[in-house]
Amino acid sequence: MTDAPEGATERSWPLWEVFVRGKRGLSHVHVGSLHAPDAEMALRNARDVYTRRQEGVSIWVVKADDVTASSPSEKDSFFDPAGDKIYRHPTFYDVPEDVEYL
Amino acid sequence: MYGNDVIDPNEPLNAAETGAYDAAAAHEDQREAIGSDFDALIAADQRIEPRDAMPDTYRETLIRQIAQHAHSEIIGMQPEGNWITRAPSLRRKAILIAKVQDEAGHGLYLYSAAETLGVDRQELLDRLHDGKQKYSSIFNYPTLTWADCGAIGWLVDGAAIMNQVPLCRCSYGPYARAMIRVCKEESFHQRQGFEILWTLMRGTEAQQAMAQDAADRWWWPALAMFGPPDTGEAAKGGHTEQSMAWGIKRFSNDDLRQKFVDMMVPQAEKLGIVLPDPHLRWNEERGHYDFGEIDWDEFWQVLRGDGPCNAERIEHRRRAHDEGAWVREAANAYAAKQTIRENEKESAA
Amino acid sequence: MSTMRNESLPGAAENTGAAPGDKPYAGYLLGLADDAMVYAQRLGEWMTNAPQIEEDMALGNIALDLLGQARGLYPYIGSIDGSGRGEDDYAMQRDERDWRNVHLVEQERGDFADEMARLLWFSAYQVELHTALTGSGDDVVAGVAGKALKEVRYHLDHASLWVVRLGDGTEESHRRMQAALDRVLPYVAELFDDDEASVLAVDRGAGVLPSSLHDRVEGRVAAVVAQATLTLPDGSRWRSRGGRSGIHSRPMGYLLAEMQHIARSHPGATW
Repeated sequence: MTDAPEGATERSWPLWEVFVRGKRGLSHVHVGSLHAPDAEMALRNARDVYTRRQEGVSIWVVKADDVTASSPSEKDSFFDPAGDKIYRHPTFYDVPEDVEYL
Repeated sequence: MYGNDVIDPNEPLNAAETGAYDAAAAHEDQREAIGSDFDALIAADQRIEPRDAMPDTYRETLIRQIAQHAHSEIIGMQPEGNWITRAPSLRRKAILIAKVQDEAGHGLYLYSAAETLGVDRQELLDRLHDGKQKYSSIFNYPTLTWADCGAIGWLVDGAAIMNQVPLCRCSYGPYARAMIRVCKEESFHQRQGFEILWTLMRGTEAQQAMAQDAADRWWWPALAMFGPPDTGEAAKGGHTEQSMAWGIKRFSNDDLRQKFVDMMVPQAEKLGIVLPDPHLRWNEERGHYDFGEIDWDEFWQVLRGDGPCNAERIEHRRRAHDEGAWVREAANAYAAKQTIRENEKESAA
Repeated sequence: MSTMRNESLPGAAENTGAAPGDKPYAGYLLGLADDAMVYAQRLGEWMTNAPQIEEDMALGNIALDLLGQARGLYPYIGSIDGSGRGEDDYAMQRDERDWRNVHLVEQERGDFADEMARLLWFSAYQVELHTALTGSGDDVVAGVAGKALKEVRYHLDHASLWVVRLGDGTEESHRRMQAALDRVLPYVAELFDDDEASVLAVDRGAGVLPSSLHDRVEGRVAAVVAQATLTLPDGSRWRSRGGRSGIHSRPMGYLLAEMQHIARSHPGATW
């Protein structure tokens, strides 16, 4: 152990978040997490843990510590301001019903 | 895979194959309208997510429950894992490996859900190894014959699914989502168990006796899996009431046990297995099967640690973990070295 | 399926297809299948015993792949040797002298380093073997090899990652990984022995000469070992021999006893 750098002790491998693309054309979706010593191993563990039934065609792993998440307490200031910009949605617009391809 | 005369694959054989699962798995998100207040979300049957505010007791209860559930999956690998090398055919061997693998996977999904509550998996494993957290008592019974693999799939997994399907609607989002995945995968576990027994009951006399013996030994412990009575008088002072209010538990132990009995009796008849309960009979008035008294003394004895395999299960688990310590340390050390090397490369460039 | 013994055609050497009753060719294929079967059996022992739960799953997957390879070959072998036997006849009903796997795969489960050393050699061998066999004149063998190749590449990758981490990890893991490489070495040479059956399989354009795989396999292993800061040991004085002709080492009988005892205790039963 003398050549092991500081901090490399038993106390658990880091946590990785796993995202799987179910099939071509779909986005990667978060499916869970796992522990692995490094990214290479995390990817392979993710394959064995989360795609045993051919659930995926592509996997991302991200160190959980590297995910920055918005906080529920910031929810109002983060997301509510978009609420009144209803002109961003196509349904906002009144158009004659007989116009094609709209 | 479940060919010809075994059983119609479209006929539900366990709770994960019924409408109850679909209903539990489907969930309408109304958070927009309700906001983020814990009590309001619970009252409206909405999901609580990891970073939401939640009472400490809710968090602690969940950590305990999810961890015990995860531990049960991990310890639950052992009773069948010990038959992998002896499975009587290659097809059975492959199925058994895949099944024990699933149990490992389910343990990992659940630890992953528990970790969203701010606890480390290693901490939870330590608590398991030190006997501070429990796992399902059912796994403290031994697997004596090949037929036990069938009885575990049919009865133990059947009971587990019955318990778990309502949890697909659990108020805690990550737990509910893990349960949806687990139930879907476990449905195969219960079917393969049924199929093992079905084959044995249509085999030689010795095979039939083996199947009957296994059912005799596993029936009562399977009923005890739903936990002690918690309706009527027994409801007072238990966890059930609070857990129900929080949407962590959806049905009482007694309700689920009754549903399980009602589902299993016809399946036993189909198999040709006699369930070891002289009091088991259909009650027209209640619209349910009546069944005999569970030996709760035995239940508490096993739960306290004095079951046939308590010591063996924990010892096995601890040994595997301890023997692997140098491997896990090595991987950490390598990762740390690699980080240093990459940093050096970057600063050199 | 034929049950006749003497149907092998004159000129079978030119005819690369299966000739019923062809025992020597069946023997060659049995070597491939038995290696996979016996190693699957050993890897299955890791379930609930791996250093991390994720690794239980990984080793389980590898065991399942190998089991699948054996199951893909046994019924075909039954059609070639003329016996019409199925997978369970081969796996559950054969005595030790009829098994044709190498000693490497039958050795008892050691520690995790031992397993990774064995898996590194065996999967490197299987990668080269199945690469060559995808060109087999026997379509069934080429098909099995094509499917297996994808699997064994992953096995090799898995073993390589671990050998590197153990070799270049802590002092203890380095020492244990090196010791494991030393221990496994005497069992490696046997993989590359050209026995009569393999020579015959090559003559008919269906098999591959084991000795022809040696350098490439060793090259693969050496690269991983070097990256792991370990040393590939020199040849040992003693080396295993005889698996391909049914001469096995002590652990084999116990492995079979465990694997077969339920099936053999109930003659004629189905499961």
